[in-house]
Amino acid sequence: MQITTRNLADTALIAVAGRVDHQSAAELEKALAAVMVPPGDSPCAVVLDFSAVEYISSVGLRVLMIAARQLRSKAATFSVAALQPVVAEIFAISRFDRVLVVHPDLREALAQSSPAALLAWQAADPPPGNPTAP
Amino acid sequence: MKRVRFWGTRGSLPVALTAAGVRRKLIDALRAASGRRFASDAEVERYVDGLAFPAAGTYGGHTSCVEIDTGGPEFFLCDLGSGARPFGISAMARRAGGPPQRFHIFMSHLHWDHIMGLPFFVPAFIPGNHVVIYGSHRELESALRRQQEKPSFPVDFSIFGATMEFVHLDPGQPLEVAGVTVTTMLQRHSGDSYGYRFESQGRAVVYSTDSEHPLAQAEHTERFVEFFRGADVVIFDAMYSLADSISVKADWGHSSNVVGVELCQLAGARHLCLFHHEPVFDDQAIESVLAETRRLEEITRRDAPLRISAAYDGLEIEL
Repeated sequence: MQITTRNLADTALIAVAGRVDHQSAAELEKALAAVMVPPGDSPCAVVLDFSAVEYISSVGLRVLMIAARQLRSKAATFSVAALQPVVAEIFAISRFDRVLVVHPDLREALAQSSPAALLAWQAADPPPGNPTAP
Repeated sequence: MKRVRFWGTRGSLPVALTAAGVRRKLIDALRAASGRRFASDAEVERYVDGLAFPAAGTYGGHTSCVEIDTGGPEFFLCDLGSGARPFGISAMARRAGGPPQRFHIFMSHLHWDHIMGLPFFVPAFIPGNHVVIYGSHRELESALRRQQEKPSFPVDFSIFGATMEFVHLDPGQPLEVAGVTVTTMLQRHSGDSYGYRFESQGRAVVYSTDSEHPLAQAEHTERFVEFFRGADVVIFDAMYSLADSISVKADWGHSSNVVGVELCQLAGARHLCLFHHEPVFDDQAIESVLAETRRLEEITRRDAPLRISAAYDGLEIEL
């Protein structure tokens, strides 16, 4: 699993690639914790770009649930964007599509989370090959 | 071991099919027939057998009670939920006119829905029968006696004519019972619960209900994977959705279909049977969970296929 974190204005954009399973979920947990501490510097929003995630297990979904809960307690938002069809099915079967904010693509996720982050994302050079970039 | 037979499959509380529910099923069946004529009773039966399960059947029903048919003369049972009543009647009918019977009953825990069938368990009233109740809770005997004390129940435990014996099991210590190796394991549930693994003649059945799985604890997962390893059937508490089980219903002591699939896949089990159904779910809701679980297995499969069933009162799984 690969994780890349970018700061876009007041938003942390975390792009994840590969399988989020029993072996790798702790890495994602660390990446999420890193953008939430120290408390004073926490972002207003965290957006996960899941366009390159092939699979997520229950342990990975639990990591998302905890992050969403922690961010909510800090009055920050948390959303997941651009699920692949298989991952979207896992979200639906586990009912995570009902407890997490899920957007069809990254542009919409950023637009909903923070206009400043969307502008920063549009201004930046998108990573090569990212199908959800402008 | 020959088969697993389900007498009670509902979680927490018995659920009866209502008159409105029967009416709904009749309307659906008649609509599906669409003016069709049947030349014989056999043709009617073939038509009914071809209907979807929620239209022609019901998941029911009684609370937890599962029979392991070992093929031997002695009965093996998991839990004494309200399903113990029809099981007891069936067991007596199957051996009518024969010698007294021996019943081995393995208790997951002592919550109400898992013990409420004992006062109605006919074989316990028959002198000469021998009922052996196994469990790992220190309060095993006192809890079963207490539920029949006044004012909760009019007939005291002492009325039973059968020999009633209690056997304490130490988790992790295999015990030979009538040719079957029985191993118990501590599970996470309010007041603790215990899972059972039954092994005989190259077959293995796991009964794991009322068991919550803390997903962050790798050693917990490994322990269950080993307990489920290569099982022919895993009877699994799938009461909640994964999202509910780790949010609003965290620490309620139950699990989900998603975790059942993952553990069985990791363990190389052959058949996952969803069990302890949420009492607020109707037949269609349970059927949807079953279809989704089968789809999850399909899209996450990496090795041999895992068969998925949803338990219902009356289901038999051949081993």
